[in-house]
Amino acid sequence: MKAAAFAYARATSVVNALELLAAHGDKAKVLSGGQSLMPAMNLRLISPDILVDIGGLTELRGIAVRGDLLVVGALTRHVDLLRSPEIALHAPLLRDAVAHIAHPAIRNRGTIGGSLAHADPASELPACVVALDATIVVRGPTGERRIAATEFFRGIYETALSPDELLVAIEVPVAGQGSTFFFQEYARRHGDYAIVGLAARAVVATGRFTDLRLGFFAIGDRPLLAAAAGRLINASVTSALLADAATALADELDPQEDQQATAAMRRHLATVLLRRCVAALLVRPELEAGVAR
Amino acid sequence: MTVTRAPAETLSVLDRPNSYIGKTVPRPNLDRLLQGRGQYVSDLELPRMAHVVFLRSPYAHARIVAIDADAARRMPGVMSIVTGRELEPVITPWVGVLSHLKGLKSAPQHAIAIDRVCWQGEAVAAIVATSRAAAEDAMEQIAVDYEELETVTDMRTALDPATPVIHTSLGDNLAFERTLDAGDVDQALSDSEVVEADFVFGRHTGVTLEPRAVVADWNAAEARLTIYQGTQAPHMVQNIAALHLGLSEAQVRVVCKDVGGSFGIKVHIYADEMATYALSKLLRRPIKFVADRVESFNTDIHARDHRCRGRIGVRPDGTITAFEIDDLTGIGPYSMYPRTSAIEANQVVNLVGGPYVTPNYRARTRVVFQNKNVMCQYRAVGHPIACSVTEGLVDLAAARIGMDPVEIRRRNLIPDDAYPCASPSGMKFEQLSHHASLAKLLQMMDYDALRAEQAALRARNIHRGIGIASFIEVTNPSAAFYGVGGAKISSQDGVAVRLDAQGSVICQTSITEQGQGSESLTAQIVGSVLGVSMERVRVILGDTDNTPYGGGTWASRGAGIGGEAALQAAKALRQNILDVAAAILQSTPGGLDIVNNSIVNAGDGASRIELSELARIVYFRPDTLPPGIQPELMATRHFVPRQYPFAFTNGVQASWLEVDTETGFVTLLKHWVVEDCGTIINPQLVDEQIRGGVVQGLGAALFEKCIYDERGQLTNANMADYLVPMSGEMPDIEIGHVVSPTQESELGAKGAGEAGTAGAAAAVANAVNDALRPFGATITEIPLTPQVILTALGRI
Ligand SMILES: Cc1cc2nc3c(=O)[nH]c(=O)nc-3n(C[C@H](O)[C@H](O)[C@H](O)COP(=O)(O)OP(=O)(O)OC[C@H]3O[C@@H](n4cnc5c(N)ncnc54)[C@H](O)[C@@H]3O)c2cc1C
Repeated sequence: MKAAAFAYARATSVVNALELLAAHGDKAKVLSGGQSLMPAMNLRLISPDILVDIGGLTELRGIAVRGDLLVVGALTRHVDLLRSPEIALHAPLLRDAVAHIAHPAIRNRGTIGGSLAHADPASELPACVVALDATIVVRGPTGERRIAATEFFRGIYETALSPDELLVAIEVPVAGQGSTFFFQEYARRHGDYAIVGLAARAVVATGRFTDLRLGFFAIGDRPLLAAAAGRLINASVTSALLADAATALADELDPQEDQQATAAMRRHLATVLLRRCVAALLVRPELEAGVAR
Repeated sequence: MTVTRAPAETLSVLDRPNSYIGKTVPRPNLDRLLQGRGQYVSDLELPRMAHVVFLRSPYAHARIVAIDADAARRMPGVMSIVTGRELEPVITPWVGVLSHLKGLKSAPQHAIAIDRVCWQGEAVAAIVATSRAAAEDAMEQIAVDYEELETVTDMRTALDPATPVIHTSLGDNLAFERTLDAGDVDQALSDSEVVEADFVFGRHTGVTLEPRAVVADWNAAEARLTIYQGTQAPHMVQNIAALHLGLSEAQVRVVCKDVGGSFGIKVHIYADEMATYALSKLLRRPIKFVADRVESFNTDIHARDHRCRGRIGVRPDGTITAFEIDDLTGIGPYSMYPRTSAIEANQVVNLVGGPYVTPNYRARTRVVFQNKNVMCQYRAVGHPIACSVTEGLVDLAAARIGMDPVEIRRRNLIPDDAYPCASPSGMKFEQLSHHASLAKLLQMMDYDALRAEQAALRARNIHRGIGIASFIEVTNPSAAFYGVGGAKISSQDGVAVRLDAQGSVICQTSITEQGQGSESLTAQIVGSVLGVSMERVRVILGDTDNTPYGGGTWASRGAGIGGEAALQAAKALRQNILDVAAAILQSTPGGLDIVNNSIVNAGDGASRIELSELARIVYFRPDTLPPGIQPELMATRHFVPRQYPFAFTNGVQASWLEVDTETGFVTLLKHWVVEDCGTIINPQLVDEQIRGGVVQGLGAALFEKCIYDERGQLTNANMADYLVPMSGEMPDIEIGHVVSPTQESELGAKGAGEAGTAGAAAAVANAVNDALRPFGATITEIPLTPQVILTALGRI
């Protein structure tokens, strides 16, 4: 388990990084926290000719509020999301999610940009940015592109990024009046990738959802914004309606089978998550238990 | 601590003033390890050392048609590429059988496969290069032409006539079969309620922090091979390496410094290690092999993987009338060398029903070959299976007759005053304490209060369960384990103790240290018996040139056997010291004692002479001693149990957990263990042995499983997919002791290394079933994954 030999370049600026990527095409790989890239290289699953280390680019690091947007630099580490007061205030979903990512040593190095660019379908942060309706900011040889999070993820480890582009930032609309969040996942051990997880953002007014975005993960080849949520918006949520929504969700899902769970188990757990999420967001514990299926 | 025997009239050698026995003293090796000064083979660098990487078969069963290594040979840094055929003249093949396991058969196994590979991961070629990375680069350039053969993977069909035979010379895929019939099972079952279940155990492995590591250094000038290896049994390695390389044992030295975890994984001889020894001889330079994590999963021995049908007979009053088992296990394509792969199944037969008085017991076990990695002895060999089957059946029987699980055990466990006695399988018990242990456990866990809490929570749709598991553990094995079957694996151990010129003590022992505290317990015993403070005692282990001959550390034998040898050696040295002291002080040996590094009057304790002064006289001024005296400040003693084949220990565990019946997830809330290992030398070391063992048992219960597909591919050979237990999921583990010392030794210590692993999974499985009782679901399969639980609940 030793990586094949590779060249290494430490980028001095975003422009320099883009030049290096342009020069080496898909033989180059961007190195951020290295927490996904290095294990894959050590297992020789990938053997890039050159690593472009962007770790020194302070311009890509940091969290700032600009108007009603929270801007998170691509190099912002998981641990920074966990501790940031701005995140806690404007996008607490990210903080809640990060607590489930791996362990402190990995959170100290792993970055949000790396996690989104890596696009593991079982990852927490991709589902969060989908639920939060975030925009992914990308820079390439021809300038900057802004891609809606819902358009960014294309498949297992596949995104809208091309090899000569760099993910530079994430823009998240700040949490508005009445916004509430829910994050839960089922994993065999603390820190493991989830078997099924749910990142949700809702706006609740007088006991009803005026908005509900349910970002499921580990349930398909990319994070899934569940259409079934629509049934619960601007409606009086009863056990029966919730059961309808659960059925619609189960129909909408096409989960994969792996060593942890069959497709049927993933569907089942997704509906349990849905019930627990709705019960928690509406603060109505009776909804959690009460669905006869 | 509860002591079952009254203390002896007089103070024993262990109760002397300032004794370290029974005290938690820090291990002498802690600072060294914590400051990064451990000497692990993985870190060892020798001049001219080369690294070997093994190209391993991607197929579970295939003929090797051709190996083309020409391109690889030209890669930078490559020194040599060696196939099985090329290594054959250097090292002979072996067959992993022992004569006392009647009928056990296996096929010759080579250090590197010749012509045919029999499991995914078997080595096909060795690449020797200047670094591991260079060797891996070259490995990618080797082209092997394989012709895939039909695989045998499912143990249930391995014996079917339609299934291909893996080794045609053996005639069939049956490696070993044993049956046992004690009492009258049919009669007993005919007038009892009979409960039956199929128990299924996942295949798992030990996952040591430091992988298997060896540096072999053939010195052609001396015609000697030095093997630096993380092993539990240096003299066994010496014997086997010499035997197969055509050397005498005197030509092989095995050095084993620090070992990053063993758990039984490192008590065997692996083909790739044999190949490394042979490569060093062939290439005349030091060769290093360190398994990487993927290789570890594919080649470190696996264990368990049993399917066992169990039956129990019970009367309405709770009397258990009979146990019956039909056990099946698949061990891979070869019986492992030299301890064989029949021991686990054999133990299952030996141990089922062991804690109970029930005289009627029938058993069959069959061990079959298959195209998967080899299986062999891993911590608590056979015990978790026997305990899970026995205790699972006892709980099912209790549920059938509506009796509390504690009550049925009270009525059937062997009474504490019934010893010595024997089990239906012929196991001899010197002194066990099932009832005292159970009583202590119930008090520690506050059983009645817990049952009340369980009932209250159930009303709120919270489902918690209590699981109890009594167990027996084989420790301190005599020659009955391996020696009688012809294996050159010593069951005795030796310790040499000497007083140096400044009054400090050097102690060489044949037991080894892999983290369990062998060094500490040896120093504690020697210091206590001699009357010398522990800082003055230095312990040397793990070097066949520099320690007495012995077995090493495995099968919970280090403290019981090596500890007794240390005690006897220290006693002898003490006598020698007192003889000299008497001559110097014109006293009698009986009138003197050694306390706090000084010779004192036995009567009034007055200090007479410091040991350092005595040593100075002996070594530098012997001319001042009375004529005729030849002081002997070194003593060696060996010990092996002779009366009992094994020193059985016993204990009981309990688990308290919660099952989320919507998701199938289990949360472990608390775990208790009461165990009886006889004399406790260092309570902290014993407790940590038990806790660590429990954690491995909990891993088996909930997480660990080597998942093979139907083509014999191990599909989760990495730390992300093979789930080891981690601290986040572990409950607090509370430990209590009952002490019934063995009378076989003056020390009275039995083993404690495997007790935790023996019963933990059984307790958890019983607790899960207890939690699920309102749902009418019973699960007798581990690991208890959410998928398994949801399926049993009918949710998916
Ligand atoms: C033991 C372990 C457990 C883990 N558990 C989890 C978990 O539970 N949940 C989870 O979500 N993650 C988990 N991870 C992964 C971790 O969160 C990673 O940090 C993250 O997925 C990738 O971030 P990184 O900064 O380390 O990226 P890197 O490993 O450096 O890069 C990952 C990929 O993204 C590309 N890339 C990185 N940055 C950019 C960029 N700015 N622009 C374009 N491409 C880029 C790289 O070229 C590479 O292909 C785990 C990792 C480990 C080692």
